Amino acid sequence: MEHLELFFKSIFIDNMVFATFLGMCSYLAVSKKVTTAVGLGAAVIFVLAVTVPLNWLLDQYLLQEGALAWLDPKYGVDGSETIDLSFLSFIMFIATIATMVQLVEIVVEKFSPSLYNSLGIFLPLIAVNCAILGGSLFMQSREIPSLALALTYGVGSGIGWFLAILAIAAIREKIRYSSVPPALRGLGITFIITGLMAIGFMSFGGMLTGGDEEKKKKTTQVVASSKLEKDTQVKKIDITLKSDSEEVAENIKEIEK
Amino acid sequence: MGLLSKKDAKLITDPLTDNNPITIQVLGICSALAITAELKASIVMSVSVLFVLGLGNVVISLMRNIIPSKIRIIVQLIVVATLVIIVDLVLKAFAYELSKTLSVFVGLIITNCIIMGRFEAFALGNGPWKSFLDGVGNSLGYAVILIIVGFFRELLGSGTLLGIKVLGDPIEKTGLYAFGYENNGFMLLSPMALIVVGLIIWVQRSRNQALIEEN
Repeated sequence: MEHLELFFKSIFIDNMVFATFLGMCSYLAVSKKVTTAVGLGAAVIFVLAVTVPLNWLLDQYLLQEGALAWLDPKYGVDGSETIDLSFLSFIMFIATIATMVQLVEIVVEKFSPSLYNSLGIFLPLIAVNCAILGGSLFMQSREIPSLALALTYGVGSGIGWFLAILAIAAIREKIRYSSVPPALRGLGITFIITGLMAIGFMSFGGMLTGGDEEKKKKTTQVVASSKLEKDTQVKKIDITLKSDSEEVAENIKEIEK
Repeated sequence: MGLLSKKDAKLITDPLTDNNPITIQVLGICSALAITAELKASIVMSVSVLFVLGLGNVVISLMRNIIPSKIRIIVQLIVVATLVIIVDLVLKAFAYELSKTLSVFVGLIITNCIIMGRFEAFALGNGPWKSFLDGVGNSLGYAVILIIVGFFRELLGSGTLLGIKVLGDPIEKTGLYAFGYENNGFMLLSPMALIVVGLIIWVQRSRNQALIEEN
């Protein structure tokens, strides 16, 4: 349950692009075509799923205040020589990410050339994608409690980013057929569409309201209400999907005219 | 103009308008938008980027002949990360409240594409003084957009500028509020930052037709 909640939360409510503007640079630069957008999105999911848990381990066993207690109790929080290395987290996280991206690139090239051909060009881009570092930094500041949850968080935020870039790429492919004011063409309209999409995504905010408080109480009520919430989630997604496909159908009709 | 030749001055003025890093080069949007709900935060963010980019450009430019090109990205990341750690610690020491508001976005200066973009495009091929000017110019261009967005969002969203109530008091109904004016809370939400930047791009490109894109 905890996993499911975090998973949906990181995809929809705390969506990387729409709620925190992470990875905007590549989001804007690589969203002209759906196929390339899918490639980059998949690479982001992959790298986030690897680096977030890895940085979680680093944070827990090396960087946090008193994290070195496993070496000697005296370095622990209550020990005589407490060590707090958290000021090093930026440099450690970015080094891990840069190395992991290189490593992933080499491994993928070796074992799956076809995957490498589709993801390959995007991997070096990813080391400097704010979404990857942002994922690790948010994981740290939100104090995610376990390794498995960190993995869920990484995969979830990756999927959220993937959804966002896929959606904008599809919209940008279609918008070529409409007459946008010349000065807004390209970048300007993309910004405004992203803004509107972000407003749309804000409606997901109500999906898990009060979830945190309920979890602490751990009463039977929680189960019932969370079930209810889940139902409404599914319904909401259904509705958006339906309206999306209707829109697409309309667009196609217009183009045919 | 003994200090700055015409060419050098262009390095600073160009990014302010026709080659603006945010609206034209599309760099550094990641950390720019999330923190612009308050003018103060945008100013602090701009100053941090000015420090990191100005100094980072000089460091990279000094090392440009000894960095093996295969590992240059890691070298660049380490240089930026070191500078950002300095900024972060200074902010925590002297402006703790503000560093809480900026939260992870100070750290995200590391992956701010402006910085990597300028390292790659300029500092690796030019001398330290020119790189410094380029760094200053580009971070000023970044600052201009951040401050414009921050100005409008804070003014329209909470009726204040730098925390000073410029439009009167909304509770005691003074100033503009006496005539029934209301704050537009929507401006404080994150999507509005995107839309405001979109509008800035619109204004800029209508004034300078040469910047209009094909599609």
